[in-house]
Amino acid sequence: MSTATDLLERFGTNYRISEVNEQKADLTFFKVPKDQAVRLLRELRDDAGYTHLAFLTNIDYIERGIFTLNYMLHNYDTRHTLGMHVDLDRDNAEMESIHNMWAQAATYQRELREMYGIRFPGSPRLDDDFCLEGWDQIPPMRKEFDTAAFSLARFYSRDGRGTEDPREHMKQQLYPTHTDDAPEGGN
Amino acid sequence: MKDMDKSFKKDTETEFPLREEMRPHQVTAPDGQVIDIDPLQDYFCQEPPKVHAKSYFKIVEDFYNWARAHSLWILGFGTGCGAIEMRPLMTPRFDAYRYGIQWRPTPRQANLLVISGYLSVKTLKRAIRAYEQMPAPKYVVGLGSCTINGGMYWDSYNTINKFDEFLPVDLYITGCMPRPEVLMAGVLELKKKIKEGRADGANRYVENFEWYKANQKRVIKNWNMPDYNW
Repeated sequence: MSTATDLLERFGTNYRISEVNEQKADLTFFKVPKDQAVRLLRELRDDAGYTHLAFLTNIDYIERGIFTLNYMLHNYDTRHTLGMHVDLDRDNAEMESIHNMWAQAATYQRELREMYGIRFPGSPRLDDDFCLEGWDQIPPMRKEFDTAAFSLARFYSRDGRGTEDPREHMKQQLYPTHTDDAPEGGN
Repeated sequence: MKDMDKSFKKDTETEFPLREEMRPHQVTAPDGQVIDIDPLQDYFCQEPPKVHAKSYFKIVEDFYNWARAHSLWILGFGTGCGAIEMRPLMTPRFDAYRYGIQWRPTPRQANLLVISGYLSVKTLKRAIRAYEQMPAPKYVVGLGSCTINGGMYWDSYNTINKFDEFLPVDLYITGCMPRPEVLMAGVLELKKKIKEGRADGANRYVENFEWYKANQKRVIKNWNMPDYNW
Protein backbone atom coordinates (compact mmCIF):
# COMPACT_ATOMS: atom_id res chain seq x y z
CA MET A 1 0.00 0.00 0.00
CA SER A 2 1.68 3.15 -1.09
CA THR A 3 -0.95 5.52 -2.43
CA ALA A 4 -4.14 7.11 -1.22
CA THR A 5 -6.28 5.09 -3.62
CA ASP A 6 -4.82 1.85 -2.29
CA LEU A 7 -5.62 2.99 1.20
CA LEU A 8 -9.24 3.79 0.35
CA GLU A 9 -9.64 0.56 -1.61
CA ARG A 10 -8.41 -1.61 1.21
CA PHE A 11 -9.90 0.07 4.28
CA GLY A 12 -12.59 2.32 2.82
CA THR A 13 -15.36 -0.22 3.11
CA ASN A 14 -14.88 -1.00 6.79
CA TYR A 15 -13.73 2.39 8.09
CA ARG A 16 -15.01 5.90 7.56
CA ILE A 17 -11.79 7.32 6.14
CA SER A 18 -11.95 10.99 5.11
CA GLU A 19 -9.70 13.91 4.19
CA VAL A 20 -7.11 11.73 2.48
CA ASN A 21 -4.14 13.91 1.65
CA GLU A 22 -1.21 12.48 -0.25
CA GLN A 23 1.46 14.99 0.65
CA LYS A 24 4.42 13.19 -0.88
CA ALA A 25 5.07 9.90 -2.59
CA ASP A 26 5.92 8.38 0.79
CA LEU A 27 3.65 10.33 3.12
CA THR A 28 -0.15 10.19 3.35
CA PHE A 29 -2.48 11.74 5.90
CA PHE A 30 -6.07 10.72 6.55
CA LYS A 31 -8.74 11.07 9.20
CA VAL A 32 -10.87 8.47 10.95
CA PRO A 33 -13.55 8.82 13.65
CA LYS A 34 -12.52 8.30 17.25
CA ASP A 35 -14.41 5.03 17.78
CA GLN A 36 -12.70 3.31 14.82
CA ALA A 37 -9.20 4.63 15.35
CA VAL A 38 -7.63 1.99 17.58
CA ARG A 39 -9.22 -0.86 15.58
CA LEU A 40 -7.72 0.57 12.41
CA LEU A 41 -4.34 1.10 14.06
CA ARG A 42 -4.26 -2.56 15.06
CA GLU A 43 -5.14 -3.64 11.55
CA LEU A 44 -2.50 -1.38 10.02
CA ARG A 45 0.13 -2.75 12.39
CA ASP A 46 -0.75 -6.45 12.15
CA ASP A 47 -1.86 -6.82 8.53
CA ALA A 48 -0.59 -3.87 6.52
CA GLY A 49 3.00 -3.79 7.83
CA TYR A 50 2.93 -0.40 9.59
CA THR A 51 4.84 -1.78 12.56
CA HIS A 52 6.57 1.38 13.76
CA LEU A 53 4.84 4.13 15.73
CA ALA A 54 7.07 7.09 14.93
CA PHE A 55 5.29 9.51 17.21
CA LEU A 56 1.97 10.44 18.72
CA THR A 57 1.21 14.11 19.09
CA ASN A 58 -1.67 16.54 19.27
CA ILE A 59 -2.83 19.70 17.52
CA ASP A 60 -5.03 22.21 19.33
CA TYR A 61 -7.69 23.71 17.05
CA ILE A 62 -9.20 26.05 19.61
CA GLU A 63 -11.32 27.89 17.02
CA ARG A 64 -13.09 24.64 16.06
CA GLY A 65 -13.23 23.31 19.61
CA ILE A 66 -11.33 20.11 18.85
CA PHE A 67 -8.04 18.42 19.52
CA THR A 68 -6.56 16.44 16.64
CA LEU A 69 -4.40 13.50 17.65
CA ASN A 70 -1.79 12.56 15.09
CA TYR A 71 -0.59 8.95 14.99
CA MET A 72 2.45 8.61 12.72
CA LEU A 73 3.06 5.06 11.45
CA HIS A 74 5.89 3.78 9.31
CA ASN A 75 6.18 0.74 7.10
CA TYR A 76 9.78 -0.46 6.78
CA ASP A 77 9.11 -2.69 3.76
CA THR A 78 7.55 -0.07 1.51
CA ARG A 79 9.24 2.90 3.28
CA HIS A 80 5.87 4.57 3.47
CA THR A 81 4.61 6.77 6.31
CA LEU A 82 0.98 7.17 7.32
CA GLY A 83 -0.36 10.01 9.45
CA MET A 84 -3.67 9.20 11.09
CA HIS A 85 -5.72 12.11 12.43
CA VAL A 86 -8.35 11.61 15.10
CA ASP A 87 -10.58 14.44 16.30
CA LEU A 88 -11.43 14.69 20.00
CA ASP A 89 -13.85 16.93 21.79
CA ARG A 90 -11.74 19.68 23.31
CA ASP A 91 -13.68 20.11 26.54
CA ASN A 92 -13.87 16.43 27.36
CA ALA A 93 -10.78 15.01 25.68
CA GLU A 94 -10.48 11.29 26.20
CA MET A 95 -8.98 8.61 23.97
CA GLU A 96 -8.44 4.90 24.10
CA SER A 97 -4.92 4.00 25.17
CA ILE A 98 -2.62 2.15 22.78
CA HIS A 99 0.16 1.31 25.25
CA ASN A 100 -0.60 -2.40 24.72
CA MET A 101 0.25 -2.13 21.03
CA TRP A 102 3.37 0.03 21.30
CA ALA A 103 5.08 0.35 24.68
CA GLN A 104 6.50 3.77 23.84
CA ALA A 105 2.99 5.13 23.40
CA ALA A 106 2.64 5.21 27.20
CA THR A 107 5.28 7.96 27.37
CA TYR A 108 3.58 9.97 24.64
CA GLN A 109 0.25 9.61 26.38
CA ARG A 110 1.76 10.75 29.66
CA GLU A 111 3.10 13.82 27.91
CA LEU A 112 -0.25 14.56 26.25
CA ARG A 113 -2.00 14.21 29.60
CA GLU A 114 0.38 16.73 31.15
CA MET A 115 0.60 19.22 28.29
CA TYR A 116 -3.01 19.14 27.02
CA GLY A 117 -5.02 17.36 29.71
CA ILE A 118 -6.12 14.51 27.42
CA ARG A 119 -7.10 11.41 29.39
CA PHE A 120 -6.01 7.91 28.30
CA PRO A 121 -7.71 5.55 30.76
CA GLY A 122 -5.54 2.56 31.67
CA SER A 123 -2.25 3.99 30.45
CA PRO A 124 0.52 3.35 33.00
CA ARG A 125 1.69 6.19 35.31
CA LEU A 126 -0.55 8.61 33.45
CA ASP A 127 -1.02 11.10 36.28
CA ASP A 128 2.59 11.12 37.50
CA ASP A 129 4.62 14.26 36.95
CA PHE A 130 6.58 14.11 33.71
CA CYS A 131 8.28 17.40 32.80
CA LEU A 132 6.31 19.76 35.02
CA GLU A 133 6.80 19.08 38.70
CA GLY A 134 4.15 20.53 40.97
CA TRP A 135 2.29 22.24 38.13
CA ASP A 136 -0.76 24.14 39.45
CA GLN A 137 -2.19 25.80 36.33
CA ILE A 138 -4.17 24.54 33.36
CA PRO A 139 -2.07 22.37 30.99
CA PRO A 140 0.43 24.75 29.39
CA MET A 141 0.17 23.68 25.74
CA ARG A 142 -3.57 24.37 25.55
CA LYS A 143 -3.97 27.52 23.53
CA GLU A 144 -6.07 29.36 26.12
CA PHE A 145 -3.06 29.26 28.46
CA ASP A 146 -1.32 32.63 28.18
CA THR A 147 2.30 31.60 28.67
CA ALA A 148 3.79 35.11 28.45
CA ALA A 149 1.43 36.47 31.12
CA PHE A 150 2.16 33.46 33.31
CA SER A 151 5.90 33.94 32.87
CA LEU A 152 5.66 37.63 33.82
CA ALA A 153 3.56 36.83 36.87
CA ARG A 154 5.70 34.03 38.21
CA PHE A 155 9.28 34.54 36.99
CA TYR A 156 9.45 38.38 36.82
CA SER A 157 11.11 39.65 33.69
CA ARG A 158 14.33 41.60 33.98
CA ASP A 159 14.23 45.27 32.93
CA GLY A 160 15.92 46.34 29.76
CA ARG A 161 14.47 43.87 27.29
CA GLY A 162 13.33 45.66 24.12
CA THR A 163 12.26 44.80 20.61
CA GLU A 164 13.19 46.44 17.32
CA ASP A 165 11.50 46.27 13.96
CA PRO A 166 14.28 44.51 12.01
CA ARG A 167 13.67 46.48 8.82
CA GLU A 168 13.75 49.91 10.48
CA HIS A 169 16.63 48.94 12.74
CA MET A 170 18.88 47.77 9.91
CA LYS A 171 18.00 50.86 7.87
CA GLN A 172 19.15 53.02 10.75
CA GLN A 173 22.31 50.98 11.17
CA LEU A 174 23.32 50.86 7.51
CA TYR A 175 21.91 54.07 6.01
CA PRO A 176 21.42 56.59 8.84
CA THR A 177 20.98 59.54 6.43
CA HIS A 178 18.57 57.84 4.04
CA THR A 179 14.96 59.03 3.71
CA ASP A 180 12.13 57.39 1.81
CA ASP A 181 10.97 60.71 0.33
CA ALA A 182 11.94 61.35 -3.29
CA PRO A 183 14.57 64.10 -3.65
CA GLU A 184 13.45 67.58 -4.75
CA GLY A 185 13.32 67.87 -8.54
CA GLY A 186 14.74 64.40 -9.06
CA ASN A 187 13.47 61.92 -11.58
CA MET B 1 -5.01 34.14 33.53
CA LYS B 2 -8.49 33.38 32.28
CA ASP B 3 -10.86 31.45 34.49
CA MET B 4 -11.24 28.07 32.91
CA ASP B 5 -13.15 24.90 33.45
CA LYS B 6 -11.20 23.17 36.19
CA SER B 7 -12.10 19.59 35.31
CA PHE B 8 -8.81 18.86 33.55
CA LYS B 9 -6.60 20.61 36.08
CA LYS B 10 -4.24 18.54 38.13
CA ASP B 11 -5.26 17.93 41.70
CA THR B 12 -3.16 20.29 43.81
CA GLU B 13 -5.38 20.31 46.89
CA THR B 14 -4.21 17.02 48.31
CA GLU B 15 -0.79 16.90 49.91
CA PHE B 16 2.02 16.05 47.50
CA PRO B 17 2.92 12.41 48.23
CA LEU B 18 6.50 11.85 49.30
CA ARG B 19 8.55 9.21 47.56
CA GLU B 20 8.52 5.82 49.26
CA GLU B 21 12.08 6.09 50.62
CA MET B 22 11.49 9.61 51.98
CA ARG B 23 8.58 8.64 54.26
CA PRO B 24 9.14 7.95 57.97
CA HIS B 25 9.65 4.26 58.55
CA GLN B 26 11.14 1.77 60.99
CA VAL B 27 14.35 -0.19 60.62
CA THR B 28 15.33 -3.24 62.66
CA ALA B 29 18.98 -3.36 63.59
CA PRO B 30 20.92 -6.72 63.62
CA ASP B 31 20.63 -6.84 67.43
CA GLY B 32 16.83 -6.58 67.29
CA GLN B 33 16.59 -2.91 68.21
CA VAL B 34 13.87 -1.06 66.29
CA ILE B 35 14.88 2.40 65.12
CA ASP B 36 12.47 5.08 63.91
CA ILE B 37 13.80 6.94 60.88
CA ASP B 38 12.45 10.14 59.39
CA PRO B 39 14.65 10.54 56.30
CA LEU B 40 13.96 14.24 55.82
CA GLN B 41 15.14 14.91 59.36
CA ASP B 42 17.82 12.28 59.87
CA TYR B 43 19.60 11.95 56.56
CA PHE B 44 20.22 15.67 56.14
CA CYS B 45 21.82 18.30 58.29
CA GLN B 46 19.17 20.92 59.02
CA GLU B 47 21.73 23.39 60.33
CA PRO B 48 21.52 26.66 58.34
CA PRO B 49 24.68 27.63 56.48
CA LYS B 50 27.28 29.91 58.11
CA VAL B 51 29.26 32.82 56.76
CA HIS B 52 32.75 31.79 55.71
CA ALA B 53 34.77 34.26 57.80
CA LYS B 54 37.70 36.09 56.29
CA SER B 55 41.15 35.72 57.75
CA TYR B 56 42.20 38.39 60.28
CA PHE B 57 45.33 39.33 58.37
CA LYS B 58 44.80 40.74 54.90
CA ILE B 59 47.98 39.17 53.58
CA VAL B 60 46.80 35.73 54.67
CA GLU B 61 43.39 36.28 53.05
CA ASP B 62 45.12 37.41 49.86
CA PHE B 63 47.18 34.27 49.89
CA TYR B 64 44.05 32.16 50.35
CA ASN B 65 42.35 33.94 47.47
CA TRP B 66 45.38 33.45 45.25
CA ALA B 67 45.32 29.74 46.04
CA ARG B 68 41.55 29.48 45.51
CA ALA B 69 41.83 31.13 42.12
CA HIS B 70 44.14 28.35 40.98
CA SER B 71 41.86 25.51 42.04
CA LEU B 72 38.59 25.83 40.18
CA TRP B 73 36.86 22.50 40.01
CA ILE B 74 33.75 22.65 37.90
CA LEU B 75 30.74 20.49 38.58
CA GLY B 76 30.03 18.46 35.46
CA PHE B 77 26.42 19.57 35.30
CA GLY B 78 25.04 20.84 32.03
CA THR B 79 21.74 22.49 31.21
CA GLY B 80 20.73 23.71 27.78
CA CYS B 81 23.05 24.30 24.84
CA GLY B 82 26.00 25.59 26.91
CA ALA B 83 26.71 22.06 28.05
CA ILE B 84 27.94 21.41 24.51
CA GLU B 85 30.17 24.48 24.54
CA MET B 86 31.80 23.37 27.78
CA ARG B 87 33.04 20.07 26.38
CA PRO B 88 35.65 21.49 23.96
CA LEU B 89 37.39 23.09 26.95
CA MET B 90 38.35 19.62 28.11
CA THR B 91 39.98 18.81 24.78
CA PRO B 92 43.60 19.54 23.78
CA ARG B 93 42.49 22.39 21.56
CA PHE B 94 41.38 24.68 24.41
CA ASP B 95 42.85 22.69 27.31
CA ALA B 96 41.29 24.37 30.36
CA TYR B 97 43.33 22.13 32.65
CA ARG B 98 46.42 24.32 32.18
CA TYR B 99 44.62 27.02 34.21
CA GLY B 100 43.93 24.69 37.10
CA ILE B 101 40.35 24.08 35.99
CA GLN B 102 38.95 20.59 35.96
CA TRP B 103 35.59 18.87 35.93
CA ARG B 104 34.33 16.68 38.74
CA PRO B 105 31.41 14.27 38.71
CA THR B 106 29.97 15.16 42.13
CA PRO B 107 29.16 18.44 43.91
CA ARG B 108 31.10 17.31 46.97
CA GLN B 109 34.33 17.67 45.00
CA ALA B 110 33.50 20.82 43.05
CA ASN B 111 33.54 24.52 43.89
CA LEU B 112 32.33 26.12 40.66
CA LEU B 113 28.80 25.66 39.34
CA VAL B 114 28.36 26.69 35.71
CA ILE B 115 24.70 27.07 34.75
CA SER B 116 25.17 26.65 31.05
CA GLY B 117 21.93 27.82 29.48
CA TYR B 118 18.21 27.98 29.99
CA LEU B 119 17.01 26.61 33.28
CA SER B 120 13.62 24.99 33.74
CA VAL B 121 11.89 24.80 37.09
CA LYS B 122 12.58 21.09 37.31
CA THR B 123 16.30 21.62 36.70
CA LEU B 124 16.44 24.59 39.08
CA LYS B 125 15.50 22.27 41.91
CA ARG B 126 18.47 20.00 41.08
CA ALA B 127 20.78 22.99 40.63
CA ILE B 128 19.90 24.38 44.06
CA ARG B 129 20.52 21.00 45.59
CA ALA B 130 23.85 20.60 43.84
CA TYR B 131 24.92 24.12 44.84
CA GLU B 132 24.11 23.59 48.49
CA GLN B 133 26.06 20.35 48.56
CA MET B 134 29.22 21.99 47.28
CA PRO B 135 31.81 22.89 49.92
CA ALA B 136 32.48 26.61 50.51
CA PRO B 137 34.10 28.75 49.18
CA LYS B 138 32.06 28.17 46.02
CA TYR B 139 31.25 30.18 42.94
CA VAL B 140 28.41 30.33 40.40
CA VAL B 141 28.78 31.39 36.78
CA GLY B 142 25.74 32.04 34.59
CA LEU B 143 26.54 31.24 30.97
CA GLY B 144 24.52 32.71 28.12
CA SER B 145 21.65 35.15 27.92
CA CYS B 146 19.15 32.55 29.13
CA THR B 147 20.44 32.81 32.68
CA ILE B 148 20.45 36.62 32.52
CA ASN B 149 16.93 37.36 31.28
CA GLY B 150 15.51 34.11 29.92
CA GLY B 151 17.01 34.58 26.46
CA MET B 152 14.83 33.59 23.56
CA TYR B 153 12.70 31.40 25.82
CA TRP B 154 11.84 34.17 28.27
CA ASP B 155 8.05 33.83 27.87
CA SER B 156 7.99 30.07 28.30
CA TYR B 157 5.88 28.54 31.06
CA ASN B 158 8.94 26.81 32.45
CA THR B 159 12.02 29.02 32.01
CA ILE B 160 13.65 30.95 34.84
CA ASN B 161 14.18 34.58 33.83
CA LYS B 162 16.38 36.03 36.55
CA PHE B 163 18.76 33.38 37.74
CA ASP B 164 20.36 35.59 40.40
CA GLU B 165 17.11 35.58 42.36
CA PHE B 166 17.60 31.91 43.13
CA LEU B 167 21.34 31.43 43.50
CA PRO B 168 24.09 34.03 44.05
CA VAL B 169 25.79 34.57 40.70
CA ASP B 170 29.41 35.75 40.76
CA LEU B 171 29.79 36.25 37.05
CA TYR B 172 27.59 36.33 33.96
CA ILE B 173 28.88 35.49 30.50
CA THR B 174 26.77 37.02 27.74
CA GLY B 175 26.00 35.53 24.36
CA CYS B 176 23.62 33.13 22.73
CA MET B 177 25.40 30.77 22.62
CA PRO B 178 28.87 31.87 23.87
CA ARG B 179 31.75 30.14 22.15
CA PRO B 180 34.21 28.12 24.25
CA GLU B 181 36.72 30.99 24.04
CA VAL B 182 34.25 33.27 25.78
CA LEU B 183 33.67 30.75 28.53
CA MET B 184 37.45 30.50 28.94
CA ALA B 185 37.73 34.30 29.14
CA GLY B 186 34.89 34.35 31.65
CA VAL B 187 36.56 31.84 33.88
CA LEU B 188 39.79 33.86 33.75
CA GLU B 189 37.74 36.92 34.71
CA LEU B 190 36.33 34.95 37.62
CA LYS B 191 39.87 34.12 38.70
CA LYS B 192 40.65 37.84 38.77
CA LYS B 193 37.59 38.48 40.91
CA ILE B 194 38.55 35.70 43.30
CA LYS B 195 42.08 37.09 43.64
CA GLU B 196 40.65 40.52 44.46
CA GLY B 197 38.32 38.92 47.01
CA ARG B 198 35.17 40.09 45.23
CA ALA B 199 33.71 36.65 44.46
CA ASP B 200 31.72 36.38 47.71
CA GLY B 201 28.55 34.78 46.35
CA ALA B 202 28.52 31.99 48.93
CA ASN B 203 28.49 34.54 51.76
CA ARG B 204 25.76 36.57 50.08
CA TYR B 205 23.71 33.40 49.88
CA VAL B 206 24.10 32.88 53.62
CA GLU B 207 23.36 36.49 54.54
CA ASN B 208 20.20 36.65 52.39
CA PHE B 209 19.24 33.05 53.01
CA GLU B 210 15.56 33.80 53.77
CA TRP B 211 15.18 35.89 50.62
CA TYR B 212 16.71 33.23 48.39
CA LYS B 213 14.59 30.49 49.97
CA ALA B 214 11.41 32.54 49.55
CA ASN B 215 12.20 33.08 45.86
CA GLN B 216 12.99 29.42 45.33
CA LYS B 217 9.80 28.25 46.99
CA ARG B 218 7.72 30.75 45.04
CA VAL B 219 8.68 28.95 41.84
CA ILE B 220 9.24 25.35 42.96
CA LYS B 221 5.81 24.15 44.02
CA ASN B 222 6.62 20.61 45.12
CA TRP B 223 9.29 21.36 47.67
CA ASN B 224 9.86 17.84 49.04
CA MET B 225 13.38 18.34 50.38
CA PRO B 226 14.94 20.02 53.41
CA ASP B 227 15.47 23.78 53.34
CA TYR B 228 19.21 23.37 53.31
CA ASN B 229 20.75 20.12 52.15
CA TRP B 230 24.43 19.41 52.39
